Amino acid sequence: MSFLQIDHVSKYFPNPSGDGQVCIFKDVTIKIEKGEFVTTIGHSGCGKSTLLNIIAGLETPSEGGVILNGREASGPGLDRMVVFQNFALMPWMTVFENIALAVRSAYPEWNRQQVTTHVHKYIMLVGLKGAEDKRPVALSGGMKQRVGLARAFSIEPKVLLLDEPFAQIDALTRGVIQEELIQMWNTSRNTVFMVTHDVDEAILLSDRILLMTNGPDARIAEMVQVTIPRPRSRETIIDHPHYYKIRNHIIHFLVRHAKHGTTGDGASSDQSMDGSPVIVDFEAVSSAVR
Amino acid sequence: MESLWSALSSKFTSGTDAETSHVLSPSRWLGRFATSVWLRLRDLRVPQVRGIRSGGTMPGKAKGNPWLISGFLLVMFLLSWHLSTLRPTFDPTGMTEEQLQLMEFNGDIVRGTDGAYSWNPEKEKVRGVPGPLAVFDKARVELAEAFEIKGTNDHGIAYLVLYTVSRFGAGFLAASIIAIMLGVVLGLNRVLFRAVNPYIQILKPISPLAWMPLLLYTVKDPKWTAVLVVFMAALWPTLATTAFGVNSLRKEYLHVAAIVQLSWFKRLFKVILPAAAPTIVNGLRISFGSALVAVVPAEMLLGELGVGYLSWIEWNNLDIAGVIFAILVVGVVGVVLDSGFNKLAGYVTYQE
Repeated sequence: MSFLQIDHVSKYFPNPSGDGQVCIFKDVTIKIEKGEFVTTIGHSGCGKSTLLNIIAGLETPSEGGVILNGREASGPGLDRMVVFQNFALMPWMTVFENIALAVRSAYPEWNRQQVTTHVHKYIMLVGLKGAEDKRPVALSGGMKQRVGLARAFSIEPKVLLLDEPFAQIDALTRGVIQEELIQMWNTSRNTVFMVTHDVDEAILLSDRILLMTNGPDARIAEMVQVTIPRPRSRETIIDHPHYYKIRNHIIHFLVRHAKHGTTGDGASSDQSMDGSPVIVDFEAVSSAVR
Repeated sequence: MESLWSALSSKFTSGTDAETSHVLSPSRWLGRFATSVWLRLRDLRVPQVRGIRSGGTMPGKAKGNPWLISGFLLVMFLLSWHLSTLRPTFDPTGMTEEQLQLMEFNGDIVRGTDGAYSWNPEKEKVRGVPGPLAVFDKARVELAEAFEIKGTNDHGIAYLVLYTVSRFGAGFLAASIIAIMLGVVLGLNRVLFRAVNPYIQILKPISPLAWMPLLLYTVKDPKWTAVLVVFMAALWPTLATTAFGVNSLRKEYLHVAAIVQLSWFKRLFKVILPAAAPTIVNGLRISFGSALVAVVPAEMLLGELGVGYLSWIEWNNLDIAGVIFAILVVGVVGVVLDSGFNKLAGYVTYQE
């Protein structure tokens, strides 16, 4: 049994144009081991954010369920913290208060001093020392998401759910925060499930990348192993021989699905016979050739 | 400036008919006067403008000092008020002794200690609109005895203001608390909101004064009726906007609250109310205005002591200067309450 298992999850929404239901995705099964960093890539509207919300417990699956550490995880909880695309910081609270709100809930038995020390530790970790008493409106996008990351890491969740966390941050800052995320994750080693559009980001951060077809009726078509050893940095990762192989493979997949629209005639080649995702492993390919 | 003073003096000294003895027509006179005052103010303004520029808080294009313009407008208003309400002094030339005695007998004129006749000041009070000086005199008298209680219905102006403010405060506070609580309940329950919203929309535009006969009949006490009229005026806008504000909260705030497992109490006071605060304050502001508008006629109609009552009782006394004074007091009370409200509002709103 895997640490986090998304088990035959389907999601239907009522059809907005009339009766019946629209299937967003169907029969999605993902197994994630403890400490693993798994990313899902897909086009907009394929339901990957819905999938993340289901894991977080913010939405209920139409079928199937989420099993965390041998127990069904239904409803939101402190063991699955989300880093939101639009930061979701409370604008009426300072940086300190935003993080403290989560810390106090996670450790209700702590006294004020313990909470303060803990919050300051994470503010230091994301390099926001001096901005404790600022409100989100006074922060740049990058700084806001640093607060979001600090809040998420500070409650030490079993699973960290990243919902396109860097999509609203400018490209230069994005790279810096990605490396900060690697640093933090290296020490905490939470299990991470991320959703993104950004192929480079996925390769830099993930152990495995799941490729999702377009919705409706989306599914996980392929599973790409990122066969680049850690520690990785943005500077050196592009020199690895597998980097462009993986990158090109993912981009081909995404372009193919953008062209074919909903299902596409190439769909059959994306999936093995039994419906489970095709595993793409360039390590295995190269050793097989040898 | 010469023509200005000749115009002024001609107006003051004109005996029988102020309208025809003008050297200049009133509009031309006003025009010249305005120009000369404006020229003086413009000269005065120059160092002020430099001061603002060096302060660096105003945008570069903004010119002029609002205080000076305000003062100018006030002076212009008072002057034109004064001049337009000015009444000619009594001129006995061409009148026989019998005519004068008849007029004195009728109370139109009075004989002073020096034997000269002048208009009866008591009758003058209701001839035309009183000028600013009459209102100023009235205000001085009223303010001098602001803290005196002369009789059951003759309380000093300070007491009247206190009664009005406390009546307003009680009604507004009660309405706000109930409206916010109901609004949160409706805002969190979309189905209930949609079910109740039509009724709110129907009740909202009803003038709070329309409720008064029914309220008076039901509670049988004008004191509480006045408070309830304020309550009715303040209830609906806050209720509607609170429900809307809570209903249209950004989902992520609730998501964060759900993930960190806040209790419903903390969720309400740490997330929902602060997040909806700007919208709620907007509703409160509308309620505040309509309650302030409602309290004056409520006092008039119910005969409850207060600044609205003052305006009505002065009208019954045919003391028009008193009515104008009461209007000014209502204005001042409104401004003070409003600025206090804005200060409070500043504490709970946030920038996104």
